[in-house]
Amino acid sequence: MLADLPLLSLVIWLPILGGVIAILIGDERPILKPFALAIATLTMLLSFGLYIGFDNTTYQMQFVERHSWIETFAINYHLGVDGFSMPLIILTTISTLLVVVAAWEVIKDRLSQYLAAFLIMEGLMLAVFSALDAILFYVFFEAMLIPLFLVIGIWGGPNRVYATIKFFLYTFFGSVFLLVALLYLRHVSDSFAILDFHNVGLSLKEQTWLLLAFLIAFAVKVPMWPVHTWLPDAHVEAPTGGSVILAAITLKIGGYGFLRFALPIAPDASLVLDWFIISLSLIAIVYIGFVALAQSDLKKLIAYSSIAHMGFVTLGLFIIFRIFANASTGTGAVLAIEGAMVQMISHGFISAAMFLAVGVLYDRMHTREISAYGGVVNTMPVFAAFAVFFAMANAGLPGTSGFVGEFMVILAAFQANFWFAFLAATTLILGAAYTLWMVKRVFYGEVANQEVAALKDINRREFAMLASLAVIVLFIGVWPDPLLDVMHASVEHLLTQVSQSKL
Amino acid sequence: MFQVPNMQFALPEMFLLGMACVILLLVAFTGVRRVEWVYGLSQLTLLSTALIIFWSIGDGGLTFADTYVKDSLSDLLKLSICLVNVLVLLYSSAYLKARQLMQGEFYVLAIFATLGMLIMVSAYHFLTLYLGLELLSLCLYAMVAMQRDSAVATEAAMKYFILGAIASGMLLYGMSIIYGITGSLALGEVAAAVSMSTGNETILSFGLVFLIIGIGFKFGAVPFHMWLPDVYHGAPTAMTLFIAAAPKIAAFAMLVRLLVEGLIDLHSHWQDMLIMLAVLSMIVGNVVAIAQTNLKRMLAYSTISHVGFLLMGVLSGTQEGFAASLFYTLIYALMTLGAFGMILLLSRQGYEAENIEDFKGLSRKQPWFALMMMILMFSMAGIPPLAGFYAKLLVIKSVIDVDLLSVAIVAVITSVIGAFYYLRVIKVMYFDKPLVEHTVTASSLVQIILSANILMVLGLGLFPGMLMKICSIVFV
Repeated sequence: MLADLPLLSLVIWLPILGGVIAILIGDERPILKPFALAIATLTMLLSFGLYIGFDNTTYQMQFVERHSWIETFAINYHLGVDGFSMPLIILTTISTLLVVVAAWEVIKDRLSQYLAAFLIMEGLMLAVFSALDAILFYVFFEAMLIPLFLVIGIWGGPNRVYATIKFFLYTFFGSVFLLVALLYLRHVSDSFAILDFHNVGLSLKEQTWLLLAFLIAFAVKVPMWPVHTWLPDAHVEAPTGGSVILAAITLKIGGYGFLRFALPIAPDASLVLDWFIISLSLIAIVYIGFVALAQSDLKKLIAYSSIAHMGFVTLGLFIIFRIFANASTGTGAVLAIEGAMVQMISHGFISAAMFLAVGVLYDRMHTREISAYGGVVNTMPVFAAFAVFFAMANAGLPGTSGFVGEFMVILAAFQANFWFAFLAATTLILGAAYTLWMVKRVFYGEVANQEVAALKDINRREFAMLASLAVIVLFIGVWPDPLLDVMHASVEHLLTQVSQSKL
Repeated sequence: MFQVPNMQFALPEMFLLGMACVILLLVAFTGVRRVEWVYGLSQLTLLSTALIIFWSIGDGGLTFADTYVKDSLSDLLKLSICLVNVLVLLYSSAYLKARQLMQGEFYVLAIFATLGMLIMVSAYHFLTLYLGLELLSLCLYAMVAMQRDSAVATEAAMKYFILGAIASGMLLYGMSIIYGITGSLALGEVAAAVSMSTGNETILSFGLVFLIIGIGFKFGAVPFHMWLPDVYHGAPTAMTLFIAAAPKIAAFAMLVRLLVEGLIDLHSHWQDMLIMLAVLSMIVGNVVAIAQTNLKRMLAYSTISHVGFLLMGVLSGTQEGFAASLFYTLIYALMTLGAFGMILLLSRQGYEAENIEDFKGLSRKQPWFALMMMILMFSMAGIPPLAGFYAKLLVIKSVIDVDLLSVAIVAVITSVIGAFYYLRVIKVMYFDKPLVEHTVTASSLVQIILSANILMVLGLGLFPGMLMKICSIVFV
């Protein structure tokens, strides 16, 4: 029965339609919040249908839908998921539900538009992950900027206008090169289907230019050093929900773009230029780790830690060429790609949890300065337990999902080059240093001031929000197999694609 | 032997001319007392002309001794011109009334200008083209100058007139050089003569330069753009809307008739010239627009950059490219209607909502119209899923398909620069506190039509296939 439903279209258009209706409902009516919650929950449940109906044994696209959209240019409404996109879709639906819950009592101003923005955003992001037509992908990839631009600009902090325009222009600048690359690929392959792009033969020069275009587009999203500077600004100014969506999902679109476009379309150029991306990734891991250590703003600290963690994703994706060169078996490369994927999913949940936790504190104290806190554990013991748990997960504690991805990538990196692994492993120290130091300053010690003394512990809504994330993080940390199984066939297929030269 | 020309092909123009005379007489005899009648009759005239054009879609050919052409391109463009002008008159009526500018003369000029545009669209002869162009231009000069007491408007009219006259002279000069080589003024014969003649390329391209200057001026392409910001800014907003919307469609027709139908064999020559115009227009338009505080002036520079994009499709020299430019032109007209329509809507007696600051906090008091303006701005910036994105997509695709990657890259980079000033308008509407009370006094008809107009930008963004198909059929 599941196979007959256009499940992907449903999960994409249900929240978008729900968002439009939410605007029409308006701020005043009490039905607004339950309505948004119902839409987000329903979307999430539908997306679980993708997991249940998913066939682990094949790398082929599943749940494929294909209709003609713009006939003149053979642009199709072409959707489908594989082992890479399906987990990201579920990550998206879960995160959006949490954002809706997090907005519950917190957002006072123009709530209907706030909820609508996130519901529409959800639909757009889901469409990005499931689009198999280049123009369809690009349309949603760009359209995503609009709700996020408004969310940061309307509900953001004092410096929000600067942050949101910077965010918009930065990412817009990156993505226009993607458009040129996609149009060029259409020119060469005479098709707009992304899977046809994978099979088109390209010279090394063409591949190099295409890879650079992809790199500009996706490196800004990931974000990689040195094009990361929009992220701390955007995170700091964004409302909690905006930060969660930014960190949990939009960054993953960068990683997904490398998987879907850069590696399969330009494998030879990736081989030639892998040193460049590996260097940027290692700089992100080590240097940004130090930068995070120096932050005095909670959100900024998490933002920088996100950049460092996303460094693992790009590192995992691009060390495979060195592993191919060193090892006769392909297991190391599989480990690298799967590690990168697990890291994306895990970081999605952990960073969402961290930003939600900061949101909980910010709602009570209206400051994000670490120095304004101290001894929070005395007044908010339950919250502190969650926060410390997520901080540990962020630092890569074994048993949490944060450990799995990082460990897999570091393990794979050993097969590429000892020094890559060595540098990457410093994150275990640096990550622990900046997270635990932050925990010490915020949660432990004497109660710092009157405001902290007056803090109330989390309510049931916040508890539910954080507890569900804690369960997921723990689950993936202890038993990652359900996640690894779905992506295995796709990873193998990607590695065959990448190992075949296109020249 | 004398042949009776096939009058049917020019039926819309003849009807429009007849009605223009009727309206002129009505104005002369009723004066200012019955200006509503004049307005109503003008709208009726434009709508009937549109109907006549619509009914006669299909058959086509040359008439009037091969000086006049009716084809699917002319049908589509004429229909758009008439409908665009209906909306222009509708949006501007309240504005004109509030400023005592609602005079019969405006409508007479508008109808004659429309006639000029239709003639330009159907011209298949240098002289017919020139006739249409001058009829249009003279009406526009007078229109800009209508607000007699305003020094800015008078200055704008003078600038427009003098530079326009120079451009027309250039165009005529170019035509005469080409006449000297080919021995004909009819586009069909010119095309045949050019493809036959060898060795005359230098002189032909010399004439071509002057043609392109004339076209560039009418479009407002850099470096022939100087008049455009001043005229847009100085003219009363209703006149700006009139100048900004339909005449660009007519200019597109002129471009296609002259370069594509007449001088396609000189493609390699005019391609280079158009690349210069396109690249400069995109750069200058987008960069200078950033510095503007007046919305009309900003839109003027944004028009210049749109012209740059529009030229990209034509310069590619492919059927697909021409169709892309046509699509761009139509979408541009739709967006311009919406943008100036919004300014007109928010203006009222003694208050012009023409500075960007005047839109501050619009989303607080007028959330619906702020949303509409946001759709327009994102569309002009080329963000999907709005129509402006597909327009840019198609023209960029057409230059990539002829291996002009560098032009495509200039286009996308300048569109990022351009995004900044469009975002600023959204910023003031959504992120800033209101400075003035925003009220909308326009009739609900205007509000509904304007909303429909702008929602079409969204609708064409979700389903652009139909219009793209029409545009590509026209050029097959």
